[in-house]
Amino acid sequence: MKILVKGGRLVDPGQGIDAKLDVLLSGNIVEKIDKDIPEKDAGMKVVDASGHIVAPGLIDVHAHLREPGYEYKETIRTGTMAAAKGGFTSVVCMANTDPVNDNKSVTEYIIKMARLEGACRVLPCGAVSKGLKGEELSDIGEMYEAGIVALSDDGKSVKNAGLLRRAFEYSLLFNIPIISHCEDDTLSGGFVNEGAASVKSGLDAIPSIAEEVIVLRDIAVARYADAPVHLTHISAQGSLEAIATAKGRYRKVTCDTCPHYFSLTDEATLGYDTNTKVNPPLRSQKDVDAVKEALRNNTVDIIATDHAPHEFTSKDVEYNLATFGISGFETAFALSLALVHEGVLTLKELLGKFTVNPARLLNIPYGTLAPGSTADLIVFNPSIEWTVDAAQFLSKGRNTPFSGWKLKGKNLLTIAGGKIAYRDPLFKKA
Amino acid sequence: MNWDKKDLLGIKELSREEILLVLDTAESFKDISKREIKKVPTLRGKTVITLFYEPSTRTRTSFEIAAKRMSADTINISSSTSSSVKGETLKDTARNLESMRPDAIVIRHSMPGAPHMLARILDSSVINGGDGAHEHPTQALLDLFTIREKKGRIDGLKVAIIGDIAHSRVARSNFFTLSHFDTEIICSGPPTMIPPDIEGIGVKIEYNMNKAVKGADVVMMLRIQKERGGISFIPSVKEYATLYGLRKEHIEKAKKDVIIMHPGPMNRGIEISDEVADGPYSVILDQVENGLAVRMAILYLLIGRES
Repeated sequence: MKILVKGGRLVDPGQGIDAKLDVLLSGNIVEKIDKDIPEKDAGMKVVDASGHIVAPGLIDVHAHLREPGYEYKETIRTGTMAAAKGGFTSVVCMANTDPVNDNKSVTEYIIKMARLEGACRVLPCGAVSKGLKGEELSDIGEMYEAGIVALSDDGKSVKNAGLLRRAFEYSLLFNIPIISHCEDDTLSGGFVNEGAASVKSGLDAIPSIAEEVIVLRDIAVARYADAPVHLTHISAQGSLEAIATAKGRYRKVTCDTCPHYFSLTDEATLGYDTNTKVNPPLRSQKDVDAVKEALRNNTVDIIATDHAPHEFTSKDVEYNLATFGISGFETAFALSLALVHEGVLTLKELLGKFTVNPARLLNIPYGTLAPGSTADLIVFNPSIEWTVDAAQFLSKGRNTPFSGWKLKGKNLLTIAGGKIAYRDPLFKKA
Repeated sequence: MNWDKKDLLGIKELSREEILLVLDTAESFKDISKREIKKVPTLRGKTVITLFYEPSTRTRTSFEIAAKRMSADTINISSSTSSSVKGETLKDTARNLESMRPDAIVIRHSMPGAPHMLARILDSSVINGGDGAHEHPTQALLDLFTIREKKGRIDGLKVAIIGDIAHSRVARSNFFTLSHFDTEIICSGPPTMIPPDIEGIGVKIEYNMNKAVKGADVVMMLRIQKERGGISFIPSVKEYATLYGLRKEHIEKAKKDVIIMHPGPMNRGIEISDEVADGPYSVILDQVENGLAVRMAILYLLIGRES
């Protein structure tokens, strides 16, 4: 079936396009992009995108879909529905499921479930080490054959630097990046950022150096192995300075941050709202300013969600006992559009951090609407205002600190692999 | 000045006027404990529950006696007798207790924010009897009451607070009360026990204890919070006692009429020597006595006035 997306402003950073262009999708392939493509076929579905922006479907390099094992937090079905609503057509799911995705059976299971039930594409990330224990390498080659696109022990760092070195070396065989969760657990061990706010709240705190020292270590080890390293959910000024310096010397360093690290400061934790509990923690204003500057000067290449859905009861407890994480799919893009409204980034720059940059990192053929590429597309309007209501989330995880926030910019339509994966009620029927 | 708060969660939420209202109210209650019949009917028919998940001698007893002297019924629950050992959550315990219609629940808990969580879900007044390293508001109020009583004023005083600042809820609450007044607040202790960001709330840091106590009107000593890992922040207790134990030589550096305070429990020979703890400058037992009046005042302001 053909879908003609007509009358919109096409912004595709991968092709350097920002112009009023129509997009014709044929099955799951982009057939062509051109001015005023005529509606010839009777069977052609026409999407009127006039007044809106058309872009490649977004790619999230860091999410938790929780299946297998934690289906009470999220499933591949609910997670991908939430992702599609947020504008994502490809999501990388982290390996900390139960069982851990450290072998091809789990990888195959995730891919099979995603084919059966997924609203968008799921790209599994394999564990670096068996059981995320940091002791021995997982079945990297077999998982690669089964379809993993990256490696990560996300949730913790690979503590053993010797093993990490072997992982970086081994990853060269498959040309897949290692995604580093940067946290030295001998420095962390708290619940909120260490700083003026933790002095007031009395909560045990995590200093920014817990992140920074592992950023420095992982870059050093990757560079020695001449392997790519992607540092994920970067939150602290010191880490960003270290990454900016490293990028000048070693070109295989990339990093991402998440919307909560430029939308909220640690002041939000003062009311003990457990929805503000996230790892790494919400940082101080100077860190937030540094994250924005790093987004602007391209020290930060990618914006990821770190979508971490949790069941209500795990957040409805004392702050110390609550789980870490924010359900991010359904607010990430709108929160990021604030960077455009504030003048930190142009729309094209912002979309680059959601499309072509993640595609390059993962060596995947998505994130562009160049003719012949996969029909992953979104239609959004950066000016529509709406209020976040966690009760309306498609994700099972309603754990968001943004409930009640008024956001500007809304995804209206998501087409993943040529199929309509999400249509906002505000968007008239095609 | 009117009191319109349902709960007492911390000093951080109080205004200068509210702090002074508590102190003035406490003045009027102090004399009750000196009478032959130490009882007034102010809280007759009211129920006060103390729910303590951490050990306490002074605070729990003080709240109980304060409530009883005002004719309230009191029930004490401590962690070992509560259902927490059977796996019940704090929230469920509190909801169950509330079903028995208490008027106030005093809670002590090792986790900061636990009283705030209860305050959000309960209709009863919630009083923070100490939450982790966060706040201990009634302690700071009784400390301020004692300072005002002994010094006749609060403004213009130099107050040195010495010890394990990082893990001390008493220090935090005192910083918040004192910063409402024209006071010079100095904290001292090993650098590992003082978060640098504390200067952001109007406190000066002086690692050298001899300098910190110089010219002080008030010296408040704190113990090492072993239960919050305080011991791993110093090489040894012996070395700590040498560097930060209050002795007579320090008193000589302070103002002539300095008062020495300690929230208890004291570790004699560590943060305070016997001769100082029992000496003429010590107001440590006055603090305990004043604690009763201050807690009576808090109970009165929170649950005593509508009748």
